[in-house]
Amino acid sequence: MTQATFVVLTVAAALFTFRLCVGPSLADRVVALNGLVIVGMAAIATQAAHTAVGAFLPTLVAIALVGPISNGMIARFIEARKS
Amino acid sequence: MIGELLALAGATLVLLAAIGVVRFSEVLARLHALAKASTLGILLVLSGAAINLRDLNDVTSVVLAGALHLLASPPASNLVSRAVYLSMGLEGAVIDERATARHR
Repeated sequence: MTQATFVVLTVAAALFTFRLCVGPSLADRVVALNGLVIVGMAAIATQAAHTAVGAFLPTLVAIALVGPISNGMIARFIEARKS
Repeated sequence: MIGELLALAGATLVLLAAIGVVRFSEVLARLHALAKASTLGILLVLSGAAINLRDLNDVTSVVLAGALHLLASPPASNLVSRAVYLSMGLEGAVIDERATARHR
């Protein structure tokens, strides 16, 4: 079951990376990067639940805060830039 | 067992959001596809991990991460969509309610 979860997350990460490389505008790349952050959070949580080692879980708390805040910052940057 | 099933369901939601991000044609549609996964998908994965973990310290870390992400992710999506609207406008939209609203 955990292996299936990791396979699904890997396919999702590949699709997000494709959009990150291709995406025509900066907002597309921000969306894809947000998706990659979500995939990373899910991978950390799944790994911790599988091995019962919680050493990486404070990292999870940090990513859960830093990801959306950086998203908002880049949104302000897009808004200020005349395109 | 049930925790792993929850994690697999959340990962499937993230995969569906990734397919939507690749397949949809506009920025706002891609953002709409991703915003579902960033709330429901990640909450399913985190609750599955919280069910499987035994140590109380680990469980509180996971619950704190889920609460913070649930608090911070929807306003971030709102900021990004607002920035897209203000910088590019709406392409091919049938109705633009924000442009005709009395209070902006």
